[in-house]
Amino acid sequence: MEILNEIKFTVPSLSVNESTARAVVSSFIVQADPTVEELSDIRTAVSEAVTNCIVHGYRNSQGNIEIVVRIMPNREIYIKIKDNGCGIADVQQAMQPLFTTAPEEERSGLGFSVMESFMDRLTVKSRVNKGTTVTMRKKLSVHGS
Amino acid sequence: MKINIKSENGTAIAVLNGEIDHHTAKMLRTELDKFVITMQPDVLAIDFSGITFMDSSGIGLIIGRYKLVKECGGQLEIRSPQPYIRRMMVLSGVERIVKII
Repeated sequence: MEILNEIKFTVPSLSVNESTARAVVSSFIVQADPTVEELSDIRTAVSEAVTNCIVHGYRNSQGNIEIVVRIMPNREIYIKIKDNGCGIADVQQAMQPLFTTAPEEERSGLGFSVMESFMDRLTVKSRVNKGTTVTMRKKLSVHGS
Repeated sequence: MKINIKSENGTAIAVLNGEIDHHTAKMLRTELDKFVITMQPDVLAIDFSGITFMDSSGIGLIIGRYKLVKECGGQLEIRSPQPYIRRMMVLSGVERIVKII
């Protein structure tokens, strides 16, 4: 599959990097001319995925979060966010709205629901003690500019 | 992320400015809880007009403050969220338990 443009970067799992990841992804995607709402949707989905890596994947440890963003033909945005943390034993359960394993941090259990709602496609692959990879796709609208 | 809380006649207004995510929510939680426990306001109104980004960490923040304010005998209000932030509140269902003006 042809890729029009791509960025790959890695950040350590520090909570301050939630905004770093959003900022880098946003500034890269601007070249594809998304609407304000589409850009907000993507920023939010990225923030949720990166937060999951920090809060859940690397809960009691620290590691790297790898982020890949691609601009594909037909105005499709592809995003992959990967950690090498503890993994998810039951992905289906984790994707249920309001399910959380971190209530003490006031996690609402809505991270995957938000990613699903704000993006067109969401895939979660995980192996216990190996890590979790989230891939998301969103097709940008065609608008006059 | 900035927070400014003013109180008058039992109503406290907390004006927030910046982005709410898991990182900044910790600071907001600490500041708001300290105020609520000390001042026990009848109404805590959180002004979201200056919030330019919020992910689901903001929903956890609102639900946590709703519980605390209620336990202290008060009411929580959310004021002036931008349309995009309101959409997140509606998606989460938080607007069914907290008054959004």
